Amino acid sequence: MTLGEKYVALKTIFIKEVLRFARIWVQTIVPPVITISLYFIIFGNLIGSQIGDMEGFRYMDYIVPGLIMMAVITNSYANVVSSFYGTKFHHHIEEMLVSPLPYYLIVLGFVAGGIARGLTVGIAVTGVSMFFTDLSFHNPGILISTVFLTSALFALAGLLNGIFAKSFDDISIIPTFVLTPLTYLGGVFYSIHMLPGFWQNVSRVNPILYMVNTFRYGFLGVSDLSIGLSYAIIIGFILVLYSWAIYLLRSGYGIRR
Amino acid sequence: MANANALSIQNLTKTYANGFQALKGISLEVREGDFYALLGPNGAGKSTTIGIICSLVTKTSGKVRIFDTDIDRDFSSAKRLIGLVPQEFNFNVFEPVEEILVNQAGYFGIDRRTAFARAEQYLKQLGLWDKRREQARDLSGGMKRRLMIARALVHRPRLLILDEPTAGVDIEIRRSMWQFLTELNRSGTTIILTTHYLEEAENLCRTIGIIDEGELVENTTMKRLLNELQTETFVLDLKAPLQEAPDIRQHCLRLVDDTTLEAEITRDCSINFLFDELTRRGIEVLSMRNKTNRLEQLFVHIVEENNRARKF
Repeated sequence: MTLGEKYVALKTIFIKEVLRFARIWVQTIVPPVITISLYFIIFGNLIGSQIGDMEGFRYMDYIVPGLIMMAVITNSYANVVSSFYGTKFHHHIEEMLVSPLPYYLIVLGFVAGGIARGLTVGIAVTGVSMFFTDLSFHNPGILISTVFLTSALFALAGLLNGIFAKSFDDISIIPTFVLTPLTYLGGVFYSIHMLPGFWQNVSRVNPILYMVNTFRYGFLGVSDLSIGLSYAIIIGFILVLYSWAIYLLRSGYGIRR
Repeated sequence: MANANALSIQNLTKTYANGFQALKGISLEVREGDFYALLGPNGAGKSTTIGIICSLVTKTSGKVRIFDTDIDRDFSSAKRLIGLVPQEFNFNVFEPVEEILVNQAGYFGIDRRTAFARAEQYLKQLGLWDKRREQARDLSGGMKRRLMIARALVHRPRLLILDEPTAGVDIEIRRSMWQFLTELNRSGTTIILTTHYLEEAENLCRTIGIIDEGELVENTTMKRLLNELQTETFVLDLKAPLQEAPDIRQHCLRLVDDTTLEAEITRDCSINFLFDELTRRGIEVLSMRNKTNRLEQLFVHIVEENNRARKF
């Protein structure tokens, strides 16, 4: 395929993916916004007012970046895992397999769709958060790059889950038993400095901790961890997951008989 | 007509992970411009062969060439030359009809403007233009089959492969699809067709391959194959009832009911002789038809012979 043809093909998958979640926005966009709004009300407003300051910020201000990131992570992941598995389950994937599309364009197309949904929900949640707090943007460059890269990372993770999944149960196991616990323990609601030394070290193994902290740094200018290390971890994970996805698609795993 | 091969398969084998050997070394060639019937009982290996040609199934060994392109060397270029109409519906039923075609064109790198123009052309040709804005799930079975044909053509392939395209389609739509495919073939597109309607294969195809249990057991022209038919059975509707079948030399006649006579006629006997004899006996024939489709008779014979040979 020429470069122009590849651009058309990538745009086609991207538009298809965006239309897919946009058509069912009541199922894909509204629920996460409502859920995160409830977190704002309950944890930020009601309980947060009893907690006091965290790292020198109001508790509500402290948890907003983590909650936005949580929405981005879960929606980027959910979009790609459900879309790719549905495509595989209903055999639409064959439309792509019989075409000259290179595998990396299939990966990029689905990931772009996941990023689009993650960022759409992220922007909506950010908009809602403005009713509860005055947002400050300490470093917009870090903020935007972190949310974009994190969204790409979890879109890739969702794609891998979709490739491996053999039933609809398989696409809910990872989000329930891995993604949600890692997100809740990833410093969304607390600073790891509050934890005893041992648990601080355990927390450092959780990659989501680095993403939440870097994103929070973009808003508030405070982080429990090194920003440079966080970028290295996020980019490292992206490269590993991308290579793995390409390898699996090329080998035909889960998509060809 | 061109002389090149549109498809060339050599020693193609496929063994699935569970050990089932679906293809046992198939070799066949389809000439450019041909209308080729690939027949076989259920599970014979037809869909596996098609799946390998179109990249949906990974082959175990063997060579496949699409026109001049070896799929092991440049599958991307080979895929541009092939259009596939699969056996099962494999489009997103929640997408509008027109969007399915435009997306498919997009996967081939065709810009949206051209894609919309081609979608219009094929949807009109296949009688689906009025349904372009409807979700695919709202189409009837026949419309869904035609949608898959339109989708397979949107990138203008030189080789169109149809895996049972008329399954479950009523006779009127089936005939309109036959006409469309015949015209498409006349315009230069090579067509490979699998079907269980042998009348369809006999009417449309010039060359025929029969696969059974993963092996190619017949590969010849339709004309030559039909010439192999030694006996044909005709059903004669009589004007007046008969008590018993007349005894006519060289013909085996059997009374089905008092006004229906079945006649087995061998290739070396003239049908005029039978009518002369019936006329001489005062038996008037109102109409005559083949008892079964000729290709069907041959197909059953070939597959039975193959099974018998395998047992010994």
